[in-house]
Amino acid sequence: MVNTLPQIAALLPVFLLAFTGLALLLVDTISPDARSNTSMAVVGALGSLAALAASVWLVVSGTGSGDTGGAITLFAEAIKVDTLALFFTAIFASVTALVVVAAHDYFHDHKSPAAFYSLTLFAATGMGLLAAANSLAVVFVALEMVSLPSYVLVAYLKRDRGSVEAGMKYFLVGALSSAIFLFGISLVYAATGSLLFGGVAEGIGSLDGLAGVAGLGIVMIIGGVAYKTASVPFHFWAPEAYEGAPAPVSAFLSSASKAAGFVVAFRLFTEAFPVGASLAAGIDWVLAFGILAAVTMTLGNFAAAVQEEVKRMLAYSSIGHAGYVLIGVAALSQDGGANGAVMGAAMAHLLVYGFMNTGAFLFVAMAERWGVGRTFEDYAGLARRAPVASTAMAVFMFSLAGLPPFAGFFSKYFLFMGAIDNGFLWLAAFGAVNSVVSLYYYSRVVKALFIDDPASSSSLDAIDVRPTGLYAAVVFAAVATVLLLPGFGPVIETAEAAASALF
Amino acid sequence: MIEALIGFTFAAALLVLLAPNAWAGRLAFALSLLPFAGSLYLWSGFESAGNALTGGEIAYATQIEWLEVGGRTVSWFVGVDGISLPLVVLTTFLVPLAIVSAWTPIDDRQSQFYGLMLFMEANLLGVFTALDFFLWFVFWEAVLVPMYFLIGIWGGPRRKYAAIKFFVYTNAASLLMFIGFMSLTFALGDSASSFALPEITGAIADGGLGSWFGIAPGTIAMGAFLAMFLGFAVKVPIVPFHTWLPDAHVEAPTPVSVLLAGVLLKMGTYALLRFNFTMLPDQASALAIPIAAIAVISVIYGAMLALAQKDLKRIVAYSSVSSMGYVILGLIAFTEYGVGGATFQMVAHGLISGLMFMAVGVIYNATHTRMVGDMSGMADRMPVAVGILVAGAFGYMGLPLMAGFAGEFFIFVGSFAAPALPYAPIFTALAMFGIVIVAGYLLSAMQSTLFGPYELETDYEVGPAPFHDVAPLAVLLVAIIVLGVAPDIFFEMIRDAAVPVVEGVTLNG
Repeated sequence: MVNTLPQIAALLPVFLLAFTGLALLLVDTISPDARSNTSMAVVGALGSLAALAASVWLVVSGTGSGDTGGAITLFAEAIKVDTLALFFTAIFASVTALVVVAAHDYFHDHKSPAAFYSLTLFAATGMGLLAAANSLAVVFVALEMVSLPSYVLVAYLKRDRGSVEAGMKYFLVGALSSAIFLFGISLVYAATGSLLFGGVAEGIGSLDGLAGVAGLGIVMIIGGVAYKTASVPFHFWAPEAYEGAPAPVSAFLSSASKAAGFVVAFRLFTEAFPVGASLAAGIDWVLAFGILAAVTMTLGNFAAAVQEEVKRMLAYSSIGHAGYVLIGVAALSQDGGANGAVMGAAMAHLLVYGFMNTGAFLFVAMAERWGVGRTFEDYAGLARRAPVASTAMAVFMFSLAGLPPFAGFFSKYFLFMGAIDNGFLWLAAFGAVNSVVSLYYYSRVVKALFIDDPASSSSLDAIDVRPTGLYAAVVFAAVATVLLLPGFGPVIETAEAAASALF
Repeated sequence: MIEALIGFTFAAALLVLLAPNAWAGRLAFALSLLPFAGSLYLWSGFESAGNALTGGEIAYATQIEWLEVGGRTVSWFVGVDGISLPLVVLTTFLVPLAIVSAWTPIDDRQSQFYGLMLFMEANLLGVFTALDFFLWFVFWEAVLVPMYFLIGIWGGPRRKYAAIKFFVYTNAASLLMFIGFMSLTFALGDSASSFALPEITGAIADGGLGSWFGIAPGTIAMGAFLAMFLGFAVKVPIVPFHTWLPDAHVEAPTPVSVLLAGVLLKMGTYALLRFNFTMLPDQASALAIPIAAIAVISVIYGAMLALAQKDLKRIVAYSSVSSMGYVILGLIAFTEYGVGGATFQMVAHGLISGLMFMAVGVIYNATHTRMVGDMSGMADRMPVAVGILVAGAFGYMGLPLMAGFAGEFFIFVGSFAAPALPYAPIFTALAMFGIVIVAGYLLSAMQSTLFGPYELETDYEVGPAPFHDVAPLAVLLVAIIVLGVAPDIFFEMIRDAAVPVVEGVTLNG
């Protein structure tokens, strides 16, 4: 059935996201009286769920995969829809759905939540485009389309000094790294004479003394990727932005926006700068990514271990996870048999991470909604009053740490195994050691929730509401985190097939 | 069949979690009887035929492919043989009793407590029946999570420390073991196409190990053996990796101690038998002397530590370290009676230590102290409970016609004339000396607390224990005596499964 549709239908999930965002904006503009927080949230959630369903359906029906005639290119090859693009769109759409549902309760007393929902959906649209970009120009435009709404979202609580400050910092670093990224693109264009990934790859093969220019360009592009994925050396905005932003926004940025950064990296460094051609031209970005991955995961994990606030700990933990996923690029090799396996594992980890990390931040959102405070001590004894949500949080924490009963175990295991199969034992060893460190600070949260006694008998009285939307989102994310363990087979197979198609 | 058993137990755990606190304990007990009935059904239809790992017939086997990693399939592969079935029966038998013994002491968040107990049971059943490494590892690790909460939430004054120590120790050990096993699979390369334990065991026995990253196969096998041995040694525990155990036991509430000593320690010895001694018998026999030496040290040192304790629970906890030493000695003997006796001793010790912890718990429920010096003459006030405690203690000392005697006797018979173990008679004689120390500390502790004139300062009257506290003790005592009188009900199938393990080493070595 899919084959009978026009090719443009392959972008259906992205259109659905964009259309939902526009619809929300339209209602908000034309009929401000008709808007209500609930109806806005429902429309936003339905739109993103529809996008999720569409992308899953397209993946299952094999759109853009090698079995059905290969990737679908649109708009003079500027857009390319393949399984990779659809896989990532599914991640973006599911995170968006969770965030929108949770935001309904978080902004329960807010006057104009429509702007929030539409901005989130516009950012998700940008991410969907980013996943399907096949030209450096589209990459940049889509990246800005993700970034601009994100700045606003971070500073969304405009009367909250922390939120505004976070937005400002995020914007300044973002503007800088966008400029660097754009400059990198122009250098690559200068050296290779093309903006299309295929053309760039051909150009890399015949640089004629311009290897230095191209190399510098690639380094700058790595910088842009590092910013978007919150990796070293452009990671320092992340703890500030995640901490100051409303928690649903932190969830959105640390899960979906990070995945969007990675989809750029995965595409660029397979299709535009293939390993073989780059190494032949003397541009060893594999080593650069290897060092970045090792430094990022180590810095993220050790910094997370010394935090006193849960949200800040999660921010650093998300830097650590960026380090793990970077292995998906860092462990590529010229004739490695496991290139598809390791990148596919990184994609699967991002999917699992999309649920467990979003869920963890949404639990923080719930704590903010209750007003119980931000530190580990403030979380003490929460399980007595909120056992279901606390159990879900324990699932997220253990899964983030990579403990076996949860999906995070498999995704990390496949990632490290892929690295070893490709001969990068040292990266896997770094990852394993860091995982052990991470168990320490993740289990601190669990200990606070379940084992520690509340600071005072009245400190739990703040938990006087049961925000339905937040509960639904957190519980759904927890169930997904658990069920992705038995159901990991189809996920990793799809991801590996999608990644293998790039090589 | 086995998946129904595990699945039902998981479902029961969920149901109890959602039940109101008031009758969660009753519901959990009723539901936990069904897995026991299920395991009896497995037992009734079981015909022993060899060891599951060495090509023997696997009873109630199910194998469903799950996923594929690096060219190897991971599958849901469960089944039992003569070694795992007794442990499955032991687990399902102990859990209902432990749940009943929790009715008195657990008075907070009951539904969560009993839900976690059943959740742990489901994972324990998985550990003893899984025949795929990944499946097994998932269950193995999943046991830790409920245990962490059970100690951390319902434990004694130092529960936080004990829970974290337990969690960190056993997780670090699991990682080491995991790395050890993984290095084996890397060295096997294409010789094994799955993570199924029988296939891997067969591939290693056929000399499938190759070199990996330039390391010779022999070195990898030895390194993997050591990594796995250390990993499991923490769980068993073997001296000097035992320090988490007394803390965990003392802080854990009684019913949790029962499962910790009764079943969780057996995970370690079971895994040692399956992985180290069945998969890598040559490495084991090459290290026979050091392993036998630490086994004997565990026996003697554990018993000496028990001798020095004042807390009844600590005494029983350290004596578990001592008893596990016998199991290791039996395993390293590599004889029919040694390996078979070690497996039998796992079951026997599970019952006896369960009884001891439960009896100490019953006394603690009434007196709120476990210190030897604090009380005396408890026999006057709680005649039935004390009587059973004394009987259990004699079982611990190896009184004939009780399960402990059979287990230790088999082990000593097997290890005394072990061909694979140099100086076997000396090791055996030294280990036997441990029994004397056991008798010493148990008798002296009992004498000062249970007998003599009644003495205990309380502002309430200490009377006989309620029926539901004593009933599980009586059931356990009956089981211990039955197993001591007729050890063949388990030993026959255990021996069938142990013989191929023994043959594995004599053929190769």
